[in-house]
Amino acid sequence: MAGGAATGGSAASDTYNQARNWLLMPSWLVLGFFVFTPVCVMVIYSFLTKEFRGGVIWEPTLAAYDQFFFDRGLFGDSDPTLQWTYIEIFWRSIWQAGLATILSLLIGFPTAYYIATRPAKTRAIWVFLITIPYWVNLLIRTVSMKFLLRDEGPMNDFLINVGILSEPLQIVNTNIAVQLGLFYSYLPFMVLPIYAAVERYNFTMSEAAADLYATKWTTLRRIVLPAVKPGVIAGCILVFVPSLGAFLAPDLLGGAKNFMIGSLIEEQFKGNAGNWPFGAAASMILLSMVLVLLIIFASQQRRAGATT
Amino acid sequence: MKLLTTSAMALALLANSAAAEGELVLYHWFEYIPAELIEKFTAETGINVTMDTYDSNEAMLASLKAGGMGTYDVAVPGDYMVQIMAGEGLLDTIADGDLANEGNIAPAWADPAFDPGRKHSIPYQWGSTSFSVNTEDYAGDINTTDILFHPPAELSGKINMLDSQGEVMALASLHMGIPQCSNDRGQLSALNDMLQEAKTHWASFNSDTAKEVLVSGDVSVGMIYDGFSAKARADRASITYAFPTQGYVVWMDNVVLLKDAPNRDSALKFMDFLLEPENIAAVSNYARYGNGVTGTAEFLDPELATLPESNPPATAGAGAFVAVCDEATQAVYDKIWTNLKN
Repeated sequence: MAGGAATGGSAASDTYNQARNWLLMPSWLVLGFFVFTPVCVMVIYSFLTKEFRGGVIWEPTLAAYDQFFFDRGLFGDSDPTLQWTYIEIFWRSIWQAGLATILSLLIGFPTAYYIATRPAKTRAIWVFLITIPYWVNLLIRTVSMKFLLRDEGPMNDFLINVGILSEPLQIVNTNIAVQLGLFYSYLPFMVLPIYAAVERYNFTMSEAAADLYATKWTTLRRIVLPAVKPGVIAGCILVFVPSLGAFLAPDLLGGAKNFMIGSLIEEQFKGNAGNWPFGAAASMILLSMVLVLLIIFASQQRRAGATT
Repeated sequence: MKLLTTSAMALALLANSAAAEGELVLYHWFEYIPAELIEKFTAETGINVTMDTYDSNEAMLASLKAGGMGTYDVAVPGDYMVQIMAGEGLLDTIADGDLANEGNIAPAWADPAFDPGRKHSIPYQWGSTSFSVNTEDYAGDINTTDILFHPPAELSGKINMLDSQGEVMALASLHMGIPQCSNDRGQLSALNDMLQEAKTHWASFNSDTAKEVLVSGDVSVGMIYDGFSAKARADRASITYAFPTQGYVVWMDNVVLLKDAPNRDSALKFMDFLLEPENIAAVSNYARYGNGVTGTAEFLDPELATLPESNPPATAGAGAFVAVCDEATQAVYDKIWTNLKN
């Protein structure tokens, strides 16, 4: 508001700024109440003492973080060594989420490019088609996917009947099934932002590049990609972040044999462990990692924005 | 304006009638009580029933401890969870004379170890947890816990376990012949090692679809509750429930009166209603489990008496309830469980 007064100095801009602040109030209240408060509760809980069978005791401690990083043996009284269990669980989730992001990008980019280069009329139909499966609940789609993939399911029946396979391909309860589930769940989050970016791209620039003897590959790499980069980054973030916390696909399609970040945290609140501070600490560590990632992306975006 | 006044009056009337007839807020397992029975209760007493559901004892406890107390009147915890909830001070005491039908409780279930003297609970349904084998895939002897923890080669990789720490640990302890919640370090280490080895033979941990994975043929062996197995057999006749010679897990779900229940009187009426042989028999007919009330025989589906899933053969080992571990042992159990799922 001070800025407004200094640059404009007119009564009109003051009124505008005041109105803007008031109009923004609901958003700030909603954000404050539904985002900031829960995160604060998590931060506080992660530094409290665990109560047996769920709950917290109001005594500050670093025990939850200690449990995450240090292994003190099965009985908790050996000399501490680096705890690999939770790092492995986090690594597994990051690896799965990263792979799902790359797969989505490989399929999503050409799809988005294709849609954006159709005539305006048919474009709407293509976008509409992309969204149709998402009218159905994610849980139901994941269960249906399991029905399709299972050993005695239609996909294996078909492949055996045509003679491509002699024995059913075991996909359910493997990482391949988890990958398929994640990829299928989040693909539109990759397609839509890239589509929006490619749609805004001025194709005369590609023509100019061609006039200057650039090959198609060079044009894509040097002209198109930098121009649509914000859309690609947005798509990657939108696929990576929810994949990281996903537990439906790993549980239903992967057989829940290995904890993922999401199921590990859930177990602390809903399972036998009942270790709320540890669940909160694991959430905080995940949140910090995602935040660092987003900051790196955001600063890259800003640099990209500054150069163009 | 006139419209406003009329609606306000209508609202007031509604509120009044609700207060007069009573409300009951139920916290119950999913798919466990026939909807017609709740309608019957409302028809008989005029009490409106609201029900929320949960899918595990632990999830129910977490939700109550995270602020659910004072919302619900009754819940339906399993045996060990009654003991835990009583210890946490979450249960109200049923005074003598509160329940008109208290005498209907079968003598065998009138004084269980998990709730001595039935101070907080009444019996609901009971049954066992063991595993079922698809006998199309395996012809050998199934009445041994080796099927789960040391399976023959043809069953390796075709086993689904319940995603439930208490029941897996209890069955594993029976398999090894060690006491549940043992605090002997050698036994706990051996338990950890045994489960690590057994895991290499398991395909999945799945509770919600424990029945479906057997029926669909995804697995040949599945840890399961007896009633679920009876339902699975209806869909695929070759699914056979096992009663291992090493023993099996017995459980009982119980209706408990929660502390700070907003509608204590309605809750007691509901408990009395469930102690009527005809009503609790309706639950048994639906869920395919036994109940703890006398005089239900004439109301039960005759098929229930001869269910292979609820009639252990002479060779069966003893049934055991899931034990409640102390804090130190529970901490080790949690580590073993995390190792198992990593």
